[in-house]
Amino acid sequence: MTETLMPYDEALAQFEPVLGLETHVELGTASKMFCGCPTTFGAPPNTHVCPVCLALPGSLPTANETAIESTIRIGLALNCSIAGWCRFARKNYFYPDMPKNYQISQYDEPLCFDGYLDVEVDGKTVRIEIERVHLEEDTGKSTHVGGATGRIQGADYSIVDYNRAGIPLVEIVTKPIPGTDRLAPEVARAYATELREVMRSLGVSDVRMEEGSMRCDVNVSLMPRGSSEWGTRTETKNVNSLRSVERSVRSEIERQAAILADGGRIIQETRHFHEDTGLTTSGRSKEEAQDYRYFPEPDLVPIEPDPAWVARLKAELPELPSVRRRRLQAEWGVSDLDMAAMHNADAFGLVEATVAAGAPAADARKWWMGELARRANEAGTSLAELPITPAQIARVTELVASGALNDKLARQVLEGVLAGEGSPDDVVAARGLQIVNDDGELSTIIDQVIAANTDAADKIRGGKIAAVGALVGGVMKASRGKADAGRARQLILDKLGVTE
Amino acid sequence: MSAITRDEVAHLARLSRLALADEELDHFAAQLDQIVGAVARVAEVAADDIPPSSHALPLTNVFRPDEVRPSLTPQQALSGAPAVEDDRFRVPRILGEEA
Repeated sequence: MTETLMPYDEALAQFEPVLGLETHVELGTASKMFCGCPTTFGAPPNTHVCPVCLALPGSLPTANETAIESTIRIGLALNCSIAGWCRFARKNYFYPDMPKNYQISQYDEPLCFDGYLDVEVDGKTVRIEIERVHLEEDTGKSTHVGGATGRIQGADYSIVDYNRAGIPLVEIVTKPIPGTDRLAPEVARAYATELREVMRSLGVSDVRMEEGSMRCDVNVSLMPRGSSEWGTRTETKNVNSLRSVERSVRSEIERQAAILADGGRIIQETRHFHEDTGLTTSGRSKEEAQDYRYFPEPDLVPIEPDPAWVARLKAELPELPSVRRRRLQAEWGVSDLDMAAMHNADAFGLVEATVAAGAPAADARKWWMGELARRANEAGTSLAELPITPAQIARVTELVASGALNDKLARQVLEGVLAGEGSPDDVVAARGLQIVNDDGELSTIIDQVIAANTDAADKIRGGKIAAVGALVGGVMKASRGKADAGRARQLILDKLGVTE
Repeated sequence: MSAITRDEVAHLARLSRLALADEELDHFAAQLDQIVGAVARVAEVAADDIPPSSHALPLTNVFRPDEVRPSLTPQQALSGAPAVEDDRFRVPRILGEEA
């Protein structure tokens, strides 16, 4: 099935997008939401299950206090009001990913509501209004067997692992976000990025998008320019990387614009994003109106957060990422532009960790945003996924500062570490990358270079000290970058009997 | 007041994946109507000073500490499953009946 797309610029010339994001975050509690089963990722199938999360008759759920606390902390960090009293609700649906035939969720009484999160896009602050933050349980994992695609459509049957069923899941829902105009894809990504950093700072989740512990549903609708009536939206489900959040918004804008410009109408539906093509496809052949028959969960009593508890959690919130960034920007003396570049590259935490490991801020930033960003880009991966640690970068900067390496050699050391050759010191030793500090060896090289460049040598003797650059260059080349350029310069001048 | 229509029963049956024959729809509509009618009588005795409630017990904040307890073994977990494959519950085709 191929769909027509309208080029992005053309689409934006005709239409204005309205965004909405629903983000699911698996909490990093030790045990599940309503039972004591462990939550660790990657266990053999159906080893983290018990009568409660398998919904065996007679079992009863009890809410995990840490999960409630984490949800309130998330709400507070997102500037939400915290409900004085609220309940869980049953969301009824007949899908085997929950063995109960319902999911315990929250409906019209979320634990947290009416907040906001400010994000930086293109040097501007965009305030994303938060509608609600509620707590529910994650579903099991289905594998669809048979059929050509391994997807639910056309499958002969499915097999289900309930290890994930019942892991506490927080859903964070934005209000509709109009007015982003052509920056809609970037705003969506910036929001997901900032939200992830907030979660990390709170320590409530490992927010690994590739493992599904954070996933975004992206809502997009278009309205003709000049109109104030929002169009029909689609919801692209379970987008599992920051880059895909951005790409899915862009491609959905291009797809909807083509349909609308052609006089068609948008079907309100669930869609899926495909990493390989960068396109979304329709989630179901036939969308039926959802009717979950929510009602208050009779097996769980209401939650009534003690105001003193909430006040204490608020007082104990960690420094939030935006505040921390402003503080570190001041400490590091970095421009807004450089801060934004680090943020966009998701390099902020890496630079911070590198500084914490002892590197000067300017050096840490230089390596991550220069050489390593280039290599990540070449490899089509993120900085965080590069097989090198902040501590290793800090060690390289230390070796440069001590004079053992220059920048050129340092790049070779990084290359070696990335290639799996061990620590920076291992690579230096194995590749023999130490700067030549031995004056004897350097002296031999310099004599050769002077002999081969008599013109330049004469100029220097005659007082044109600037010409020494050519000789230093020759020494660096002859030593394959391993000479200490400053020392070489001094020795050349000494040999030619010139003083500065 | 007749609360439950035949169409509503058909809708509920569909949500519940129950195949009901036409005469069953009428049969259950009448029964459900009686049940709703019986429950509605509670509303007649509820005065303004009685707030709606969803729970019989006047309790809130019943929590458990975040502590791991032993799970079942896969053999125990799967012992009641009608079908098993690769230590997973095997279930019939999910989508398709309406496609």
